[in-house]
Amino acid sequence: MRNWEIVIGLETHAQLSTAAKLFSGASTAFGAAPNTQASAIDLALPGTLPVANRGAVERAIRFGLAVGATVNTTSIFARKNYFYPDLPHGYQISQFEQPVVQGGELTITTSAGQKTVRLTRAHLEADAGKSLHEDFHGMSGIDLNRAGTPLLEIVTEPDMTSAEEAIAYAKALHALVRWIGICDGNMQEGSFRCDANVSVRRPGEPLGTRCEIKNLNSFRFMEKAIAFEVRRQIELIEDGGKVAQETRLFDPDTGETRSMRSKEDAHDYRYFPDPDLPPLVIGEDWIARVKSEMPELPAAMAARFVSDYALPAYDAGQLTYSLGFARYFETAVGIVGKANAKPVANWMLGELSAALNRHEIEIEDAPIPPEQLAALVARVQDGTLSNKGGKEVFEALWQNGDRSAEAIDRLIAERGLQQISDIGALETIVDEVLAQHPAVVAEFRAGKEKAFNSLVGQIMKASRGKANPAQVNELLKKKL
Amino acid sequence: MSLPNAAHTTVTELAAGLATKRFSALELTDGLLAKIAAAQPVLNAFVSVDPDGARAAAKAADAARAKGEGGSLTGIPIAHKDLFMTEGLRTTCSSKMLEHFVAPYDAHVVTALKQAGTVLLGKTAMDEFAMGSSTETSFFGVVRNPWQPDFVPGGSSGGAAVAVAAGLVPAATGSDTGGSIRQPSSFCGVTGIKPTYGICSRHGMIAFASSLDQAGPIARSAEDCALLLTAMAGHDARDATSLPHPKEDYRRELVKPAAAKPLAGVRVGLPEIFFGDGVDALVVAAVEAALAELRALGAVTVPVALPNIGYSVPIYYVLAPAEASSNLSRLDGVRYGHRAARYTDLLDMYKKSRAEGFGDEVKRRVLVGTYVLSHGYYDAYYLKAQKVRRLIADDYQAAFALCDVILGPTVPTTAPRLGTQSQDPIKMYLNDIFTIGANMAGLPAMSVPCGFAPNGLPIGLQLQGPYFSEARLLNIAHRFQQVTDWHRRAPKEVGHA
Amino acid sequence: MALSQNEIQRIAHLARIELDDAMLPHLQRQLGSIFGMIDTLSKVDTDGVTPMAHAQPLALPLRDDEVTEPDRRDHYQQGAPAVQDGLYLVPKVIE
Repeated sequence: MRNWEIVIGLETHAQLSTAAKLFSGASTAFGAAPNTQASAIDLALPGTLPVANRGAVERAIRFGLAVGATVNTTSIFARKNYFYPDLPHGYQISQFEQPVVQGGELTITTSAGQKTVRLTRAHLEADAGKSLHEDFHGMSGIDLNRAGTPLLEIVTEPDMTSAEEAIAYAKALHALVRWIGICDGNMQEGSFRCDANVSVRRPGEPLGTRCEIKNLNSFRFMEKAIAFEVRRQIELIEDGGKVAQETRLFDPDTGETRSMRSKEDAHDYRYFPDPDLPPLVIGEDWIARVKSEMPELPAAMAARFVSDYALPAYDAGQLTYSLGFARYFETAVGIVGKANAKPVANWMLGELSAALNRHEIEIEDAPIPPEQLAALVARVQDGTLSNKGGKEVFEALWQNGDRSAEAIDRLIAERGLQQISDIGALETIVDEVLAQHPAVVAEFRAGKEKAFNSLVGQIMKASRGKANPAQVNELLKKKL
Repeated sequence: MSLPNAAHTTVTELAAGLATKRFSALELTDGLLAKIAAAQPVLNAFVSVDPDGARAAAKAADAARAKGEGGSLTGIPIAHKDLFMTEGLRTTCSSKMLEHFVAPYDAHVVTALKQAGTVLLGKTAMDEFAMGSSTETSFFGVVRNPWQPDFVPGGSSGGAAVAVAAGLVPAATGSDTGGSIRQPSSFCGVTGIKPTYGICSRHGMIAFASSLDQAGPIARSAEDCALLLTAMAGHDARDATSLPHPKEDYRRELVKPAAAKPLAGVRVGLPEIFFGDGVDALVVAAVEAALAELRALGAVTVPVALPNIGYSVPIYYVLAPAEASSNLSRLDGVRYGHRAARYTDLLDMYKKSRAEGFGDEVKRRVLVGTYVLSHGYYDAYYLKAQKVRRLIADDYQAAFALCDVILGPTVPTTAPRLGTQSQDPIKMYLNDIFTIGANMAGLPAMSVPCGFAPNGLPIGLQLQGPYFSEARLLNIAHRFQQVTDWHRRAPKEVGHA
Repeated sequence: MALSQNEIQRIAHLARIELDDAMLPHLQRQLGSIFGMIDTLSKVDTDGVTPMAHAQPLALPLRDDEVTEPDRRDHYQQGAPAVQDGLYLVPKVIE
């Protein structure tokens, strides 16, 4: 792979979280019995006509504003013509020459630091149905419940140079569309699907021929698929072959990509403006209203966390991964005060995140509300609890589901977790330990710094972990 | 009871008969059903007849009238062109593709006329998917002109025009993409209007070329057309191209008392090309005679120019097939319609179902449309045609600065003999040269009977007006019909009643 | 302009219409004359002219985001060529 540059552009289909479809009044709810949410329009029954959904357009506007793009005041719906059983009209209503959103950018963070990925466009289009390949006597079954569901197709410039960047972009975009409430981001249900355009070239050479990989419905698959495709293309070229421009399907079972037969007409979609749909005109007043209702965006919020709470940029970035996470943080800090922002961040990014991941739940469903986490942080900060004791309380709260602030003090009392902060009691323990370990004391005095830590350990042990480590440190220094 | 001879009777007169109880809607319906049955073997105007539904609707209309309810169309029998979706009734577009297709819902126009109390007798034949000017491309066999059964009735709304001309229904719906209401109206000696694009909802009207298609009525008089159009028109949120135009009474000008010069001050624009080479001298003579009548009624004539109208036929044969090729893609044999009995795989099923389901003219136009949209040809054909379309629309705007209405023949000739044009599509296409312009610009236009050729075939004149000028067009036609009787003439009855 | 028979078959494939080779010479002549007529458009000067896609200069009307369609599956599938368990059946789809 040396001496090769990888060029990746992503096309993401974000299913817009409307109640009804893009061009019909049928429900978009997931999981209904086959074809029970396929209306006459979705079935392309003769004589039916599309009528566009305002909610879908509004979500597109919100996205455009969120990525700093131009929201076109006039955009055009066009027909993309091809035959496929899950495409009832024989054409997909999409946008071609004049999309609703043009330009914009998204900042991503990778191990190499921050990078800006430029967006080409985002356009509205209607989803297709599904072909079920289970055997119906050698036939396929067609379910058109999904047909006509609104999608926002978000297209990047070929700005990414590694699978890591592609995944960082996809994750940032995934976070953003959920943040602004236009897509539920459910990848298992297909609400957020990525296609990757991948090509390779030698440094300094023009762009290579690209392949479009479809069916990347998880970040892990995306990584595998891009890695496979890059290797395939490089090997092909190094063996004297040529990359053919084609659509390839990622097969999660084999971890490979393969050419898609069904896309053989892809070069001739015969786009033309849909005569059933006049131009989509978006007034400046509409854009202004959407702007006024826009939540603070993750990047702006992260910057504010850095300046207001003196958080490291990394923490601020992590805390603004989702709106729910950020709101949790601000609620907790509002209670324990700005001075304790960093400890709150640590607890959220440490224990809380780990527990959410372990139990696979969203922060909105966490059994420990932000008010309670704030109380817990306060108890640790005021020395009542050690960090270790705090973790024990956290775990107990998570298990017992008591969401009250008093639950913390009750647990401390029940489990005897209160730290020994009484100087008199501590001094006694310190004196005892020093007396028992004269050799270690001598080592320390001879300049061995490590001996100090060993003494702290012995003191903590003697106190059965209840000593306040800060106080122990202080006392020990004084005594020695 | 004295049942009128429907061939000579207008909707207005039938409504009066129903109101005064000279006959019931059921009697009228039964009489016409018998006439349809008798005429069908000769004229073949209908694809489907619905005697049970018609009689039930007639009884309901009679009941409504007995209670003093209902309006001027209550109990009036009509027929729909077989591209309007009629719930529970077969809707075929005269195609094998939809031979057994029963519509699961009603078109907007169908609902509107149902609510107005009309009685639907059946569905009329048409050129397959409205592609044609002769109704010879119907899968269900050719339709004959009641004036001369060896001649075509025109198309694509040929069955509708024949049904009205032969007195099988007093009025019928049609659709007009390049002249499909006006041209058969002209060939059959009846009155038909294509309103401003967007006046009648296209919801439930099976699309041929969506940006050109418009529904309208065919009847025996301008007054009847006004009555029907008033019921058919109106904004419909289910059609994104439906105009948010207020409801109009298209009869409002007609009911004003006749003055000595009812058309005083009306400026009639005459484009030279409408009277130029290639127009049958008999046709020119009949239209000029009609002009003399209009002048006598007070109208003045002014020359106008439509410099790009000659290109209307070539752009029509780019734009309409392009839209149609896409509109007809849904006919794939997957969810409804014809599916081939034998096929090897999915691709083969598509290709065989469509090859079997579509007739030659439809295939030809789908191929043309696919080609003009295909990679590398879009700009040269499709985009170019859209630009010339703009030039034609602009020509009309310039002309209407000088006149209130444009007049000329509807078609350069009278109806040709059956079978004489099917081998020469270009010749057939040129029939539409005077009618297509109004579709391109989206303007209202109508055909009005104005004479007969020596072989007994009717001649029609065409009126085209600015947007929303339907009431004026209908009034001009009405005033003309008050002083002429071309629209009152009827062909000999066919079949055995 | 004249279309080759290969080109006609390519277009027919895009349009999913099976064409008998025996029909091609006749079809080629007819399409040739249609495109001969269409080609007269090249004479028109359209520099600076905005293409006209719609008959009326309307803006797209928008519908509220509300579910208004009930389940009418059985009604819509009455005339379907092949249905099982509420699904439309087609020959095996190969991706």
